[in-house]
Amino acid sequence: MVQIKRIQEDGADVIVPIGEIDASSSIELDLTIAKSVGEGYTRILVDCTSLEYISSAGLGVFMSYIEEFGDKNIKMVLYGMNERVLNTFEILGLSELLSIAVDKDEAKKRLA
Amino acid sequence: MRIKALTRLLFLASGIIWVALLFTDLSVVFSVKTNIEPDIPLWMPGFLFNLFLVALYYFYKFRVDRDELLNFVDLLWRVFATGLVVTVISLLIRLIDYLPGTTKLTSLFIYIEANYIINLGLIAGFLMVAYTVWKRLILYQKSKWLLRLWNFFEGGLLASLAYNSLEIEGLDWLNNVILGILIVIGLVLSANMKWVAYLNFRQKWTSLLLLLLAIFYVMYLFYTANAQAISAYGEGSGFVDHRYHITFQSLFIFVTVYSVFSFLVILFNLPTTSVFEQKLEEVVNFQRISQSIQTEQSEESVYNILLETSVSTVFADAAWLEIKNNEHDHRLFTYHIKEKEALDIIEHLRKMHVTGVLEQSQDKTKNLSRHLSQLRGSRFRSILAFPIYVKGENIGTLALLKELSDGFNREMTKIVSTFANQAGISIENFRLLEQALQSERYKEELKIAKMVQKSLLPQVLDEHPDFDLAAFSESADEVGGDYYDTLRISDQQSALIVADVSGKGTTAAFHMSQMKGIFHSLAQDCTRPTEFMIRSNRALANCLERGSFISATFFVINTATKEVSYSRAGHCPLLYYNAADQSANYLKDKGVALGMVRNSSYDKFIEAYTFTYRANDIMVLYTDGITEAKNAKGDEFGYDRLREVILEVKDHSSREIQEHLINRLYEFTGTENINDDYTTMIVKFK
Repeated sequence: MVQIKRIQEDGADVIVPIGEIDASSSIELDLTIAKSVGEGYTRILVDCTSLEYISSAGLGVFMSYIEEFGDKNIKMVLYGMNERVLNTFEILGLSELLSIAVDKDEAKKRLA
Repeated sequence: MRIKALTRLLFLASGIIWVALLFTDLSVVFSVKTNIEPDIPLWMPGFLFNLFLVALYYFYKFRVDRDELLNFVDLLWRVFATGLVVTVISLLIRLIDYLPGTTKLTSLFIYIEANYIINLGLIAGFLMVAYTVWKRLILYQKSKWLLRLWNFFEGGLLASLAYNSLEIEGLDWLNNVILGILIVIGLVLSANMKWVAYLNFRQKWTSLLLLLLAIFYVMYLFYTANAQAISAYGEGSGFVDHRYHITFQSLFIFVTVYSVFSFLVILFNLPTTSVFEQKLEEVVNFQRISQSIQTEQSEESVYNILLETSVSTVFADAAWLEIKNNEHDHRLFTYHIKEKEALDIIEHLRKMHVTGVLEQSQDKTKNLSRHLSQLRGSRFRSILAFPIYVKGENIGTLALLKELSDGFNREMTKIVSTFANQAGISIENFRLLEQALQSERYKEELKIAKMVQKSLLPQVLDEHPDFDLAAFSESADEVGGDYYDTLRISDQQSALIVADVSGKGTTAAFHMSQMKGIFHSLAQDCTRPTEFMIRSNRALANCLERGSFISATFFVINTATKEVSYSRAGHCPLLYYNAADQSANYLKDKGVALGMVRNSSYDKFIEAYTFTYRANDIMVLYTDGITEAKNAKGDEFGYDRLREVILEVKDHSSREIQEHLINRLYEFTGTENINDDYTTMIVKFK
């Protein structure tokens, strides 16, 4: 189960998923990102500090936006992942395709 | 057969006893008349007569009382027919009196006596059949008390018969008391008329006629017997008068009273018969609707039964049933009304802004007749409409029409409302049943899918003197997205693959089968793992839906050079046991899963690695279903535990290692139902 919050900070949209993202809750993540894009944000931060677990379906959501973001020149940075979640991203090779920062400051720097 | 034989025997016995009665009686009378000492004791005729009654009683008991097939009218018919035969015979005998040249004969006292005995036999026969039939009618729907009273009555009759045989003189008052008691009991019993309620209108008329004739026979026979007794009595001594026979008298009175009672009760029941019949029909109709779910093949039949039963219950002249499948799809079932006529009425009511059930928005049952009167050209003056609900959703309207104004009363409204509710339940049950069947079919389909998918995984793994292989795979659902396979490329080269499709279930299973196709078509030509991955990625880019990807590790084992080259596309890192230093380590290397980068730049994200193997080295391939399997506390099986488990059995064969791993996995999770697909393949080099 996941609860997703959105906060706007310095013109960037901060998406905060709290809990676990599995096959069913990944749809919610997808909708949130789509909404953010629809509202015209070009700088998106994903705060993963409260993300405990992410399944392959959840990873698929991030993956599916990579190309679209490249075309539309939208920057997305994920940060604050715990070791287990980061490991999942790394094994699949997503860490090479996505911008993953250690903390919020680093993430904001990357957006700039 | 035994009963039939017994019946015949009893008939014969009664006949013989009667003949004996006739002769003894005549002999007694003759002896007394001619002052000769009779050879036969004087009590003999009376005793024989009693015996005759008993024989008749048992004869009819078997003939009528035990015959379960007879209905009420049949029973009455028995009484009537017997009465008819008896009366006709009696009349024929009487005719002899009026024949010319028989005056001499008829004035003979012997003749008179014989005549009397014959008539007595006939009357006894008629009374007994009537008694048996009345018994059955009275004991229809019997209670414990009624049965006791009846047994007492019958016992009393038998006792009186015995008392009669004794022929005690001078106790007239006792006779009267016994007779009085029997008559009173007979009267009480005669109040039991429950069977009358079960006759329909036609049967009641028939019964009335039959009873009337039966009463007539009783009267006639009474008159005849009396007249003959008087004329025989006039002839003087020796005559045995049965008029004062208590049993006979009781029987006579009982039969007469019950006939008259029945006749009157039926007569006064006639006007209310139609109501009873209607109630009965309602019950039957209700049953039909309830049962229609088990027997009918479609919703349509349920609708038709509802229409039919409602119409017949309230005597409607016409009716329709409007079923709304969705916003635009209406179906109309009609009875004695043209579809156009029905639609006209619906349209008219809509125009009148009737916020009733015909609009299917309100749930109240409404009598809409007053609106109908404003519709010109319609022959109907009353209308009654009911909503039909399935799971709280209004699926249609039942409308009943009559040409009479104010044609529906409250009772009818209630009944049809019950019907409509029941029909709703029937349809709901019907739909549930269909859903259950449907899901059963799906389950079957999934079973087949599971079998098909099992067959996609290799039944036999590649065999080589340089290494041995063991593999295991299980799905969380019926079908899953894990894949492993082997392929011999050449004498020296073998290809191995382990892959995991993102997600699980049916979609994953489809992609898994695509992966199999890709592996078998590409592995033969791709001795360089990166080439295999790049080409696989290209193939999958077109057929994987958005957000789906496949992680895979592809190996080529070269037994000539003892080298393994592999490429890891986002799959779980390989666990390698090195026999030389007895250590097991995960090989951390780079590689993006298939389908994540769907353009030509994928070659930048995939790399190939090569190492040389030695005897007793072990490769542990697995999917994340194993490392991410959780126990009850929520802990994961994890990489460290996997390594430990492998080290425990490092010296065993690949099959033993695989079995040990799966056993330890189940031990850890405490169940075999792991919430993800899990697969492992063990390669042990020799």
